Amino acid sequence: MITLSIDGKKIQAPPGRTLLELAREHAIWIPTLCYHEALKPYSGCRLCVVELATPRGSRLVAACTYPCEPGAVVRTDSEMVRQSRQVAAELLLARAGHVPFIQELAASLGVHNTPYTLPSDDCILCARCVRACREIVGVGAISMAERGPGREVVPPFHISSADCIECTTCVLACPTGAITLQNIIDRDRTLHTWPSQYARRACRLCDYHADSLLQNEG
Amino acid sequence: MNRLTTPQELESWRKAIRKSVDPDQPRLRVCDGTGCRALGSQQLLLALHQSLDEAGLAGKVGVVATGCPGFCEQGPLVTVDLPQSAPRASIAYQRVSAGNARAIINETLRANRLIEELLYVDPVRDQLIVEEADLPFYNLQTRRVMALNGKIDPRRIEDYIAHDGYLALSYALFEMEPESIIEEVSFSQLRGRGGAGFPTGQKWKLCRQQPDDVKYIICNADEGDPGAFMDRSILEANPHSIIEGMLIGARAIGATTGFIYVRSEYPLAVENLGIALDQARQCGLLGQDILGAGFDFDIQLRLGAGAFVCGEETALMASIEGRPGEPRPRPPYPAQSGLWGKPTNINNVKSWASIPLIIANGAEWFAAVGTPESRGTAIFSMVGKINNTGLVEVPMGISLRELIFEVGGGVPGGKTFKAVQIGGPSGGCIPAQHLDTLVDYDSLTRLGAIMGSGGLVVTDEDTCMVDLARYFMNFVQQESCGQCLPCRWGTQVMLNTLTRICGGGGQPGDIETLHRLASAVKAASLCGLGQTAPNPVLSTLRHFRAEYEAHVYEKHCPAGVCRGLISYEIDLEVCTGCMVCARSCPTEAITGEKQQPHVINLELCTRCGLCIQLCKFNGVMVH
Repeated sequence: MITLSIDGKKIQAPPGRTLLELAREHAIWIPTLCYHEALKPYSGCRLCVVELATPRGSRLVAACTYPCEPGAVVRTDSEMVRQSRQVAAELLLARAGHVPFIQELAASLGVHNTPYTLPSDDCILCARCVRACREIVGVGAISMAERGPGREVVPPFHISSADCIECTTCVLACPTGAITLQNIIDRDRTLHTWPSQYARRACRLCDYHADSLLQNEG
Repeated sequence: MNRLTTPQELESWRKAIRKSVDPDQPRLRVCDGTGCRALGSQQLLLALHQSLDEAGLAGKVGVVATGCPGFCEQGPLVTVDLPQSAPRASIAYQRVSAGNARAIINETLRANRLIEELLYVDPVRDQLIVEEADLPFYNLQTRRVMALNGKIDPRRIEDYIAHDGYLALSYALFEMEPESIIEEVSFSQLRGRGGAGFPTGQKWKLCRQQPDDVKYIICNADEGDPGAFMDRSILEANPHSIIEGMLIGARAIGATTGFIYVRSEYPLAVENLGIALDQARQCGLLGQDILGAGFDFDIQLRLGAGAFVCGEETALMASIEGRPGEPRPRPPYPAQSGLWGKPTNINNVKSWASIPLIIANGAEWFAAVGTPESRGTAIFSMVGKINNTGLVEVPMGISLRELIFEVGGGVPGGKTFKAVQIGGPSGGCIPAQHLDTLVDYDSLTRLGAIMGSGGLVVTDEDTCMVDLARYFMNFVQQESCGQCLPCRWGTQVMLNTLTRICGGGGQPGDIETLHRLASAVKAASLCGLGQTAPNPVLSTLRHFRAEYEAHVYEKHCPAGVCRGLISYEIDLEVCTGCMVCARSCPTEAITGEKQQPHVINLELCTRCGLCIQLCKFNGVMVH
């Protein structure tokens, strides 16, 4: 076991734990956004930053990826941590302040409005959908494209991805509802905001056949 | 080129190469680096060959296309090495064009006459300088890593070997153990030349201690700071020094494969490196059983695709693996888990090029120059408002004043020095009152700048510091990979704010917003790019806050740069009515009769500045 200190409390950790996992085991609150239990930590949203004391002064590290180290001195609620979480929340509000989930998340950090302006979008680029598609489904039908301000989630080359298996895991993984599941449009269904359309197929269990349904409605 | 199988064969080849050089044959060394190529060195080389043919001297005079010796301001450079018997050694001609080729052959080589208009005039003493060795630009430097830049043909391994090339490798393979190589590097106190300054010996040791059988080493040649070209020039001018450094490092660390990651925007560096790698392989200096020591090592070239973030080590490794160039959090550090999860050691071009010198001359020789905390020399590319634009190698611990005003020749046009941006978009600016700061890792960090990889941009009174911060912020927000939130959106909001301030739309609170955002982005970003991206904003805020305040509160740009805040007016007493400005104005904003003072219609004027540049009478005033 490793011993380290979080917020002044001595805590024992089994080897291989990240700071976030340990904190959650001990009911120490650290906000997260891009983190998802079913996915590898991504360290992108930076909401889970905590202050780590080092010989060269303290610095912020992402709790979701930083491993528990013997003797580490960690603070989860210092001024430096609060400030940077608040700025992150303000930037999130600037991007997706119309999304209730983001409003609630910001409010939990004491942020209710933002001094910044950014082009508005439902997608906050947390990459949960991309990682779910790759790590859980094992497909990689969508990915991150472009860099900096142009970054977006798209199927390769913006064209319908033949790798998509219609599982809708991305829709479930998305925290903001940026990926919607539209159900029936004519004979096809559009799965999400990207151009992936599939012909409906017969259900093997219940004999339900979309085509016959459409004909009956005809 | 024969395959060398023992160190003795290398030595006898070295002797044979040296012997084959005829000391009585004159030689023309022509800089053919990227800078001089842009100024026409290729045409010049062609013209020199033609003129030699015409004069019947083909084959009797050597013509060497060298890499960049650093005096880019005066390029294209031609140095005439005279026979040993001549009273002079090497005549340094500057700003030579293809049209001068015939004169150099006929006047200087055949008639032994100097061409005065091609000689350098020392602006301080107003004196013609003839000998290369007398040029103050070189004399004020301590050239070690760059010692062979401009002396050898980078495309001939023979030239490198004649100058003790691969001698250090021989020592490292046959007279030293891996541990003693690392000890020697540690003892030299070499710190990483990529900017962060981590002790190289310690880094090697960490990687060597890893139990894995497979280890990699990488040369980071993804130089991308605006205004920086040190690494490019070394890659172009002396590629074998990097290969030799990597060979020694591989032996010390226990690596069998190395990668050189170079940006594809450096075509000449890529070309010269490729030639050098092929030659080293043919000579048995890369590959299996090198020099018969039972040591195997080879180097692969990897080209970057234009992403600045790939200079960050973890992003660089992702790119080598064929994945998008995005950084990942550390730990694990590359020494623990790098390329394909294997222990990996990554160093900058200048660090690798320093290694053969340390092994050949000893750690003490290396550490004899510099300051206690920063040993050896530092290489800077000096650009911006400076007389001697180019590349310099100086001892660590030189003062900024000496570096800029003596080696760099000061600010042109009698203008006043304002600040120097050091370390590129990750660095900070240092204002005039700190000119006596010593150039070493720790002193620069204390002032909010960094050593960085060595890009140095000099600004004068005509530079607006808010505009400079805006320029660098534009660069980093475009180059942010976008993976982490603070860097992706924080830089975007900072850029928008700075653009608005420069455009005259600054609002109370903007300065505080910038400061708050910059601090958060610096603290919370995932990788070095984001953590240093706010430095230009933070350091200009620290040293030039009054300039920001003038923009925001008085809607005034003190340097007269920001277009949204300035207006032009023609000085009616100075204007002669020559009509030059009126004819050239792209928006036809200037009107007036011939020989009558002109006027500018501010509604039409876009403040492009063309009229200011064209007016011979300084008749256009900026408010």
